[in-house]
Amino acid sequence: MAIEVRIPTILRTYTGGEKAVSGDGATLSALIDDLEGSHPGIKDRLIDNGDLRRFVNVYINDEDVRFIGGLEAELSDGDQVVVLPAVAGGC
Amino acid sequence: MLTIDQATFDAIVAHAKRDHPDEACGIVAGPYGSDRPERFVEMVNAAGSPTFYEFDSMDLLALYKEMDERDEEPVIIYHSHTATEAYPSRTDIGLASEPNAHYVLVSTREHGNNDGPVEFRSYRILDGEVTEEEVVVVPALG
Repeated sequence: MAIEVRIPTILRTYTGGEKAVSGDGATLSALIDDLEGSHPGIKDRLIDNGDLRRFVNVYINDEDVRFIGGLEAELSDGDQVVVLPAVAGGC
Repeated sequence: MLTIDQATFDAIVAHAKRDHPDEACGIVAGPYGSDRPERFVEMVNAAGSPTFYEFDSMDLLALYKEMDERDEEPVIIYHSHTATEAYPSRTDIGLASEPNAHYVLVSTREHGNNDGPVEFRSYRILDGEVTEEEVVVVPALG
């Protein structure tokens, strides 16, 4: 099973500069654990206290995972996952 | 240093004035690695707030896919402060996640929706460190 994961600029320090890496997992949670194995440190940038970080957006096949089960969202072979940090701020 | 053309500068200021008292936000994309802010993209502030801004998550995805197809990156990420100075807040600094971008802050606190000058300042934000930079407005990018 192979899932393509698009990595944003700010997290490419964990992927040796690669824009996309490949991972495995039946759920988003499992995929992130798998990524952590090959790219140590990346999990902490995505997850905080067992949940997806508030200002990190993850999409599976163009759907925001927050609307399809969050970390428990299911994955299948050939799915495309995109990680994008929120563009946000405030005074 | 940020070099920006007059039309793009004016478009950012106009957006900030129009959305006042809510924060306005958007980007100016340019060819990857060029440092040329060429394509002005106004975004909706999904927070619709005078003290916070956030791109809608689906708009964000569409924007990044489009930039990817065009081999672009966000050269400028701008937003407005509507009651405070044009300086990155602690939240702005904590959430800044584009190491190559110029973070432009516009403050509309003085004239709001009306004509009149605004503060327009630019920063690099890297690993929590803010560095202000000079803004040079040119008639057109060379």
